[in-house]
This record gives sequence, C-alpha cells and structure tokens, in this order.
Amino acid sequence: MRYLFKTRYEQDIALARHSGDVFWYGLLLIVLLFIPGVLGEFYVGELGGLFIFAIVGVALMILTGYTGLVSLGHAAFLGIGAYTNAVLLAHGVPFLVSLTCAGLLTAIAGVAIGVPTLRMTGFYLAIATLAFGAILANVFQKWTAVTGGFDGFAVPTPSIFGLRIEGATGIYYVSLAVLIFVMWLTFNILRSPMGRAMVAIRDSEISAQSMGINLALYKTISFAISAGMTGLAGALFAHYVRFLAPDAFDILLSIQFLTIVFVGGLGSIRGAILGAAFVRLLPQAIAIVRDDLPFGIGRMPGLEPSLFGLILVLVILFEPGGINGRWLKLKQWFQEVPLHRAVSFRRQKSYARSERLR
Amino acid sequence: MSYFQAQEIAIQFGGIRAVDNVTFDVQQGEVFAIIGPNGAGKTTIFNLISRIYAPTAGKLVFDGEDITTIAPHRIAGLGIARTFQNIELFANASVLQNLLIGRHCHSRVGWMSQLAFLPSARRAEIAHREKVEDVIDFLELQRYRDALIANLPYGVRKIVELGRALCTEPKLLLLDEPSSGLNVEETEVMGFWIEDIKKDLGITVIMVEHDMSLVSAVSDRVMALNYGKVLALGTPPEVQGDPEVIRAYIGGDP
Amino acid sequence: MEDAARLLQLVVNGAASGCIYGLIALGFVLIYKATEMINFAQGDILMLGGFVAFTLIATWGLNYWLGAFLAVVITAAFGFALDALVLRRVIGQPQFAVVMLTLGLGFIFRAFAGIVWGYDSVGFETPFTNRTVRLGGVVLGQDNVSIIVGTVILCLVLYLFFNRTRLGIAMQASSQNQLAAYYMGIPVRTIFSLIWAISAGVAAVAGILLSPVSMIDVNMGFLGIKAFAAAVLGGFGSIPGALVGGVIVGIVEQLAGYYLPPGSQDVTSNVVLLAVLILRPEGLFAQNIRKRV
Repeated sequence: MRYLFKTRYEQDIALARHSGDVFWYGLLLIVLLFIPGVLGEFYVGELGGLFIFAIVGVALMILTGYTGLVSLGHAAFLGIGAYTNAVLLAHGVPFLVSLTCAGLLTAIAGVAIGVPTLRMTGFYLAIATLAFGAILANVFQKWTAVTGGFDGFAVPTPSIFGLRIEGATGIYYVSLAVLIFVMWLTFNILRSPMGRAMVAIRDSEISAQSMGINLALYKTISFAISAGMTGLAGALFAHYVRFLAPDAFDILLSIQFLTIVFVGGLGSIRGAILGAAFVRLLPQAIAIVRDDLPFGIGRMPGLEPSLFGLILVLVILFEPGGINGRWLKLKQWFQEVPLHRAVSFRRQKSYARSERLR
Repeated sequence: MSYFQAQEIAIQFGGIRAVDNVTFDVQQGEVFAIIGPNGAGKTTIFNLISRIYAPTAGKLVFDGEDITTIAPHRIAGLGIARTFQNIELFANASVLQNLLIGRHCHSRVGWMSQLAFLPSARRAEIAHREKVEDVIDFLELQRYRDALIANLPYGVRKIVELGRALCTEPKLLLLDEPSSGLNVEETEVMGFWIEDIKKDLGITVIMVEHDMSLVSAVSDRVMALNYGKVLALGTPPEVQGDPEVIRAYIGGDP
Repeated sequence: MEDAARLLQLVVNGAASGCIYGLIALGFVLIYKATEMINFAQGDILMLGGFVAFTLIATWGLNYWLGAFLAVVITAAFGFALDALVLRRVIGQPQFAVVMLTLGLGFIFRAFAGIVWGYDSVGFETPFTNRTVRLGGVVLGQDNVSIIVGTVILCLVLYLFFNRTRLGIAMQASSQNQLAAYYMGIPVRTIFSLIWAISAGVAAVAGILLSPVSMIDVNMGFLGIKAFAAAVLGGFGSIPGALVGGVIVGIVEQLAGYYLPPGSQDVTSNVVLLAVLILRPEGLFAQNIRKRV
C-alpha cells in the first residue's frame, strides 16, 4: 500500500499522482500506439469506435458527472458535429479546419440549449434536452438540402497536410489523439476554479451561489464544453461510419451515452472510459454468444437494448459508483486484505435531500 | 454610519409575513446575534442578506453600498460569507476542495488559461492553496485535509463549513445556528472559534443561534425576533431580561 | 360549412389523442407529487396494459368490459409491485438516477413485451371499433368519442376517490407532507405504492381506450414523450392541469398536421414542450416551491 506524503503544492495539482501512475499510463499509451500494427483491421476499427464513444463519455461526464446536469440530447450534438464536418469537407475545407468548426458550432448549439434551460435541473432538464434532441433528429431527416435526408450523405476522406486518413488505422490514430486532447482539457478543467465550480453546483446550488459562483455562467460553460467535445466526436463519427444516415442520431443513442457515464461511474474520467468500453463491447459480446444461447434468445430482436436497460437498472440499484466504484473497492480490498473490514465496503447511507422517508 | 444596515426589510410568502419591517444595524468588529423561537424569521433574514430571497420592501446596506438588488453570486465577492443551518457542503468532494471553492470569488484567471492550465493558472492555484492552508491551520483541520465530506462526523463538517466561509476572506460572516447538532463541548469550542474570528481576524459576525449560553458568551448585542418582528435589541442581559422576550419563549398572555 | 365541419373533426380527433396524453401525464403527476420521481416508463406501462387487455379479450375471448377491467387491475398490481420492489430503493438518490432507472425499466418492459407478444402490431374488437356517431351533421368516430367520454368518467371517479374516500385523502396528505402523514399513522410507503398502482391503472385505461384508434405495439411507449409536453404545460403538479395540457397538445398537434407542412406534426409536441419550459417553466397552472435552507 502506497502512502502519499505531499510536500509541495504542485503535487496536489499535478496530473499524475505518483510515479506508478506515470509508468502504467505511459505503458498503456505505448501499447495503444502499436496496436494497429498487431491487430487486424476489424479490431482496430472497433477500438477507433470505442475512442469516439470515450470522447462522448468524457464530454457527458463533465456535464452529468461533474455538473450534475442530465442531457438526453447528446446524440443531436453528435449529429451536429458529424454533419458540420461532412458538409464542410464536401465543400473542400481542410480536415483540421472542419474538425475545429464542428467542435465550435456544436459548442454554440450547446449554449443555445444551455441558456434557456438554465433554471431547470433534474428531470426538467432531461425532458427539455429530450425534446431538443427529438426536434433536431427531425431536422436531420427533413433538411434534405444539407443532410441528403434518407438518401444519406457520403463522407469524404479527410487528409491532414496532404496525408490521407484512410481506413480503420487512420481513424484510430486521429480518434486517439482527439481523446487524449479532450482528456487533457478535462483534467485541466477539474484542477481549475472552473471545475470546482461545476462540482459545487452539482452538490449544492444554493451554497455554490453563496460562495460567489455564477450558476448561470458555469452551467452554460459546462454545456458548451460538453457539447463542443461531443461535436469533435461527431466529426470523427462521420468518418467512422463513412455514410451518414439521419436516423442514427436518435434518443436511443442519447440513452446509450448516458449509460456510458452511469455504468462507468459518475464523477470519474476513468469511469467514462470504462463505460465507453462497456457500451462498445457489450454488442460484440452478444454477437459472439448469440448462436450458443438457449431458446433462441440470441435471435431476439430487442436483446441488446433490453440488456442495456437491465444493466442500467442493476447498476443504479446496487452500485451507484459504477464500474469505477467497483474497481476502487477491489483495489482497496487487495491493499487491505486480510485486514479489510466488511463495513468499509458497505454503501454510505444517502441522506435524502428532500424530506422524504424511505 | 454603521457597517451593515437593514432598513425596514420585509418579505411575504403568500399571506405570511415572514419578516416584517425589521431594522437593525451592525457595527464593524462586533458579534451580533439574532435569537427567537422557531419560525421567527431568523434564517429568512440571512437568506435576504445573501440574496437567496428578494425582499418585498426595505433596503440592505453593507459598507456604504446598497446590496438590496445585486446578483446573488456577487455577495461573496463583496465580502459577505455565510454558513447554513443544515450544512450545505459539497458532499462528494474532499475538505481541501471544499475550502478551495471558498476561494472562488478571488479567482481572476481567464477560462482559456484554465482550459490549457497555463502557468498563470498554476501560480493562482498555488496561491489559493497557501491561503487555504492558513485557514486549515487556524481551524486545526490538518488531519481531515484529504477526507471526503461524506465520511466526516457532523461536528467536523460544521467546522469545515466555517472554514469554507473564512476562505472567501469575508468582512462580514453570517453564521446560521453554528451550534445546532453539536454537543456541549463542541458548542464551547465553536464559541472559542467565533471569538478568535472576531479578535484575531477582525471579522464582523452576525449569527442566528438558539443556544443562549453561546449567545451570551460571544455576542456583543442581541436582537430577538418573533413572528418576523423585532421584540428587543440590546446587550445579552438586557434582551434576556426583556419581558416580551420571556413571554415569546415561555408563552403566556400578552 | 365544409371548413367548420373539418375543423370540428380535427378538434375532436385532437382532443381524443390529447386525452390519452392527459391520462399518461396524469400518471406522471400523481407519482411526482407523491414521491418526487418522474416515471419515464409510464408510456411503456400503457403499452403493457394494452397488451394484457389484448391477451384477455382477443386471445382468451373474454367479454370486452370484463377483460378491460381485469387488464386495468393486473396493470395496477404490476405498478404496485414495481414501486415496492424497485423504485422504493432509490428514494433519496439524485433525481437523474431515477430518470435513468425508469428509462432502463422502459427498455426492459419493451423487450419483455417483444418476447411475450412479438413485434407486430395487434388489435382487438371493441364496442367502438369502426362505428360512427353523428354530431350536428359531422360524422365522428365512436372510438375517438369513447376516449373522451372514458377520460371524463375516469377523472370523475378519481376526483371522488381523492376527495371523498379516506384512502384518497390519506394519499393527498402523504403527498403534501410525508412526515406529518407518517406521524398521523398513515402507512406512507404502502400509500406510495398504491399511488404507483393508480397511475399504472390509469395508463392501462389509456392503452385500452387507445386500442381501437391505433394498434397496440411494442413502441407505443414513445407516446410518453408527448405526454411530457402535457404534464409540463400543466405545471407538473396539477392533475387538472395535466389533462388540460394533454388536450391542448393533442389539438395543436392535429391542427399543425393539417395546416402546416407535412412532418411538422411529429415535432409539434416537442416544440410546445420546449416553448413552455423556456417561456413559462412553471406551466400554465403554477405552484412554485423552493428548497429550504
């Protein structure tokens, strides 16, 4: 077991807590860099998709996990990013510019939905973003002049400084780079006054306000950042799917995104990544065992969403910390065994904010 | 000219006058206590001062500035900090993070530098931590620095909340029932902290309090409220001896 | 005259679908007032109620009225169990956890219905199917009229129940001040489960009333999203508000479908919802409560 003895303020601010972190995460990065040379095209493509979902997971974690605002409209943000990027590329705009524009335009869209919903929290916000997402999904379908409607939209192949980003490997590296960039931004936010203000708003709006935090401003910032990052993911998503269909960005996708943050573990970037891995790998796992399941369950059309639903329900009921919470408990257990105490794993009694009985 | 003034403030909820034409002033450097039975409107006065509610009538003046209509989040920047009756800490954050949030009104780093964590942001963070360490030393919170609020006992949370308010470097501190939920010894300790805050840090304190022993131990002047109206205002012995106040607490015919 | 008749027909059709929205919204409001939860699976409970009625009436060949009654009772019992077994556990958790939980439950219900009843649309014979009624020279479908009449009757019953029976008054008391109700000896937890039962039962009634107009299928739960507009319009705390909101949404939707370009009908309820949330978040029938500190 490692005890951290902090002697300088920098240690509190540093991204890596100790040399062990540097080593393991560095190793992980090196492995990730070499994967495309080792694994087949299919797995590289799937990992690229995982990275894109991880970007959305991190983005949504900022909004839901750290600011406490639920959005059921993030699929629409993904769509805005995807279409912005694809349309700009089709007009001959360089990829890096169109990627940036996708992020910025989606951030503006985030402000547009954030500002009118400032006064709402909890389920009101969920409903409002749900309506916003539904309207936008409709716009994607009906605005055929731009999106091509149900005919779809073929996404041009991007290139950076003359280097064409082709195939699964290209998307893999670009997505990995964007994911690392997004995580770097997020960690910076979290160690700055901005991030603390978000956490404060999540835990107690009223005392956040009395500590001088401008609720409206920081909720809007959170919305903008989260939407902007999702827009970046959307731009990559366009290349990942290569052919944009307007019905891809529906409420079910938004719910899948929320599943990432809830199953991964609220309030943790690691949770967002783990959640994305879960959401991407579950369908693969189902595909593998599909034919071996008894009673033809594997052939059932609603198997995947129902499993998502079931896992979501079980996580909320029995492990509100998600995969990340389970991981932390496991780590603690290994550090303390055989001196561990069962009580330290028992769930803290949560005191209801409302004056209601259980 | 007094340091803080409430001039005929009033607020109505539906048909109920929770605070009714209350006027008082607080001198710089004093501890001013507000007492009264449950529902007398004490916390409502705090909520009016920290702009959670807008008064239906009256005026609030702090340090020569009219604060009746300014935005709620600007109150902290003016130098007014508060604690809450039922503790409103950020439960899923550490003590250190909670105290750092108290520094929020002093952060001047632009959001772009925060996103990129430029050297200016790093320097500001270190400066904030130095200030926070001062408060940790002052309130002897060293051993809880990295503990999660959710894992702390109630008494410690009270002190942390006090510390968070001190981190804003307030000129006026509003304490809402500092002794509620504390045992006799903890209440006594709280009394010492309040005296230190007044003497060592020179902060003016307004507190809402039920515990009369704490009130008479630390406060310079006391205001007694009932049904949103002022019953009596004076030194602790004067107010405790006031027949109106005794009647409000013990009951009996007016 | 042609236009007036057309308009009347649209209004009646709109009011009918609006009643369905209103009934779903009623379920939201009942549960929200009692437990501060929003049941995102309310529409899926409507779907389950419809399917149960289908099994009883079409498959088992029960009489329509008996089958409908039993379907409502079974769905209500399901609602009771849902609260007692699942939702009671999350009281006190953040509101968005409940949002996600009920969304997840909705997925499970849909999959369950898919396994049991399949993914095709089904319907059953009702006394109102394919019949018409003449009203001042206008031909109206009895199915639509039956929805409106059924909703009015159901609301009367609920009104009498909440205001005239001991149980109903106990429910009101528990919703308003849980602790006080508890101290008065009201079994608050059971009461809450009963409220879930009532709102599930109301959803089942809505599903059965709706069946002659539109077929029953697994995805009809998405009606719940439109019902949010109704509930929000009514202020999310008011039962008459939810119904009035539902009727407004239904009529606006029908008119938009007729007078506005094609496709706008699909987004009407969402536009109404966003507009209300932005312009008048407390709804048309406001009652605002702030958190105490």
